[in-house]
Amino acid sequence: MLSLTLLSIPLIAAILLLFSRGNLSRNLALVFTLVQLVFTVYAYTVFKNEGAQAFEFLASWSVKPVLNIHFAMDGMSLVMIMLTNLLLPLIVLSGYNRELERAHIFYSLMLFMQFALNGVFISFDGFIYYIFWELALIPIYFISFNWGGEGRAKVTLKFFIYTLAGSLLMLFAFLFLYNGTPQHSLDWGFLSSNPSCSCNQTWLFWLFFIAFAIKIPIIPFHTWQPDTYATAPTQGTMLLSGIMLKMGTYSLLRWLLPIVPAGVAEWQYVAITLSVIGIVYASVIAIMQKDLKRLLAYSSIAHVGLISAGIFAFNLSGFQGSMVQMFAHGINVVGLFYCADIIMNRTKHGEIEGLGGIRLVAPQFATWFMIIILGSVALPLTNGFVGEFMLLFSVYQYNTWLAVFAGLTIILGAVYMLRMYQKMVLGSAIKENMVFPDLYWNEKIVLVTIGILIFVMGIFPRPIMELTEPVLKNLIK
Amino acid sequence: MNTLIYTAILGFLCMVLEIFNVRKLIVPALVLGLALIFGLNLNDWNSNQSFFNNMVRIDNFSVAFSGLAIFVTLLIFIMATDFYAEDQNHISDYMSILTFILVGALMMFNYANLTMLFLGIETLSIALYVMAGSKRFDIRSNEAGFKYFLMGSFASGFLLFGIALIFGASGSFDLAKIADYTIQNQQNISPLFYTGMFLVVFAMLFKVSAAPFHFWAPDVYHGSPALVTAYMSTLVKIAAFAAFYKLMSTTFFYSFEKIAPVLNVVAIITLAVGNLMALSQTNFKRLLAYSGISHAGYLMLVILTAKNQTAGALFYYSLAYALITLAAFAVAIPVFKAANSEDIDAFNGLAKKNPMHAAALSMAMIGLAGIPPFAGFLGKYYIFTEALQSGYFYTTLVAIFASMIGVYYYFKVILAMYGQPANESKMEQSFNYNLVLWVCLALSVVFGIFPGPILNIF
Repeated sequence: MLSLTLLSIPLIAAILLLFSRGNLSRNLALVFTLVQLVFTVYAYTVFKNEGAQAFEFLASWSVKPVLNIHFAMDGMSLVMIMLTNLLLPLIVLSGYNRELERAHIFYSLMLFMQFALNGVFISFDGFIYYIFWELALIPIYFISFNWGGEGRAKVTLKFFIYTLAGSLLMLFAFLFLYNGTPQHSLDWGFLSSNPSCSCNQTWLFWLFFIAFAIKIPIIPFHTWQPDTYATAPTQGTMLLSGIMLKMGTYSLLRWLLPIVPAGVAEWQYVAITLSVIGIVYASVIAIMQKDLKRLLAYSSIAHVGLISAGIFAFNLSGFQGSMVQMFAHGINVVGLFYCADIIMNRTKHGEIEGLGGIRLVAPQFATWFMIIILGSVALPLTNGFVGEFMLLFSVYQYNTWLAVFAGLTIILGAVYMLRMYQKMVLGSAIKENMVFPDLYWNEKIVLVTIGILIFVMGIFPRPIMELTEPVLKNLIK
Repeated sequence: MNTLIYTAILGFLCMVLEIFNVRKLIVPALVLGLALIFGLNLNDWNSNQSFFNNMVRIDNFSVAFSGLAIFVTLLIFIMATDFYAEDQNHISDYMSILTFILVGALMMFNYANLTMLFLGIETLSIALYVMAGSKRFDIRSNEAGFKYFLMGSFASGFLLFGIALIFGASGSFDLAKIADYTIQNQQNISPLFYTGMFLVVFAMLFKVSAAPFHFWAPDVYHGSPALVTAYMSTLVKIAAFAAFYKLMSTTFFYSFEKIAPVLNVVAIITLAVGNLMALSQTNFKRLLAYSGISHAGYLMLVILTAKNQTAGALFYYSLAYALITLAAFAVAIPVFKAANSEDIDAFNGLAKKNPMHAAALSMAMIGLAGIPPFAGFLGKYYIFTEALQSGYFYTTLVAIFASMIGVYYYFKVILAMYGQPANESKMEQSFNYNLVLWVCLALSVVFGIFPGPILNIF
């Protein structure tokens, strides 16, 4: 029943928020996301002490066609749930000193999104998983469209059609699996224990892979991403890059690998090569970017490229590294986009060139921005390091040359990130009369929390590994 | 049987009420009458009777679809109060003709004899020709009525000719006896029979507006008064598909192999044409016409699997489609009226002026595109599983791609509402439209979340 509570808190909140107005909306949203966070901590302790039994929920939805609802929990799901519910209060809080039109709808959509994301991560039946996957798309579309920047109509429509196309391919794959066995079961346990169903695994692999590759995004399915990140409102971008991306990488581990093992074995090299190409390509493009948000968008492609490469390398260190890195990247990228938003909001200037000297007027901001950047470029003792190290090691185990190219991510990442920091924050101000107040209270809370998490996770990544280890070991078999 | 007779009486009553000059009462009386008939109809559940020498058969199939048709008509009539508010002089004519469309539809649900099918289709069509042209001084409406009449007459001719040939081969109009004939003469079914079968099927394809017999649909939907378009795209489509399904599943199931490849190709073409043509539409009614064609494509998958499936999928999908289309029209009609235009531009900036309606229409569009949690998604899912199970692999793949394309044109409307600056027209709030709107959306979500009772109704 705990799974139902996890789902119902944000859903009830989303409905309640529709009836609130003004400042009440964001306060309510913050309260509810905090309640959900507290509940997640409680769920974590339950999971630690009593195991997954308390989360089990299985019900029949319809007899013909056979549809079941199955919620459950394992270490992998729990990590993702923790990430989601940890980031949501931060994302809500980050909007506190911004004026929003129709804030109640905005926050309602955001909590609806939280509901759908939680659903994606605890669904263990293909059909219900697909429904949540789709549901997550609708609120983020409206968030980016209604509160977005220039050219939003075109960009968000492209984003929507792109991802929906992927989803439909996945739906087709599930239809296949549905008809593959006489039981018509889409249950995760059933599918992963009978992976040799009569279906053609090559087909299945590509159907699932494209769906997830669009979401992650892996080159060449990434073209929706930079535009969408750049035009979406910052809180929308945080949701997209911090959590929604992870839906794709999580789904690779949860659905693609166990259910289509033969297909994965057959196409592993293509997938991993695409991921590595993505790393190098996105890093190089990031160096050339003039726009701050776009630079972060491309850096995000590079980072998740490494995650998916590690997953497709198919060994334990890759799987574990990917889980750690998903968590770490989720936190870092939210921090990065928040810093970008702070800069752009105060200076009305989104380009990397032509700014500078922020450190002189806002030392606190500069410090925390630096910490987040260090996390993102994988400096030892930060959270980015643990994950990237394990991922690179796993790619190295698969193929040395690929690992060499994948390793470029650390060097190139340092190049574009530090250069950006140097140009924007250090030095003396290029723009005259720059008004740059230092951090407000809510910004301080968000950035300090993120900064602390970066170090805590970097020094002490054990809990995540412990949580996910049994699941991932199972996957290797 | 009672359902059919009482509905016909209701139609006549309408005209009588005009004689006594109580026009104001017509719509309430009709709504009340239909509500009673809806109850009466449910009474026939599980009764399985036949009437008039087995010309008419009441079984669960006909009761379920009759119920749906009466419900749709009820909603349409509720909207009619406001729609015809400025045309009170003719309201009795309009309402009685609309009622007779329902009579024709009811006959198409419970026919057990090909002549009865023909009568049903003609009753429905002739009434519809009149309604399509009912805006007498509008050239578009005239065009719609005339075009529909000409094309429809051709289709009726096909149907009649086909029925005659089938009679020539099998010696009967009765559905069961024709089926017996195909079973008993498996080896030497007369070519006459096949010719007849093809002609009948073509006529039905015309009625359901499947490509390449769809050319009438956009023009007729475009030209007809908006309420009639709503009626056409819901009730008439459902009636045609139910009749078609009954024909395929009870009569032609034995000779199905001969026609399956044709239907398969028709399904693919319909999906392609409906969705691709919809992309470039700027008129909302034309857009819905093409969307109707593409939904006909999805329903063709049901017809393809009619041989070995119950009608549950057809019923569920029809219900989902009707509810969500009516919801769309319940927003669109007042918007059209305010903007004095039926283009998608009429919705520009609706989100600013009328956020509730914009949200509702967005939901309707998302529902039409088949995205959960609306009933349309589950309907599609069910249809696709069945089609895949029956081995229509490529057709299902085309249907999946068609769904992708669909998102684009449905979202054009959402983009107009949220992305464009508002126009000046002011929309009136009307209780009736809002009632229909929220009832439809609520039911659509409810059936989407609790599909069991409807999916397994038969």
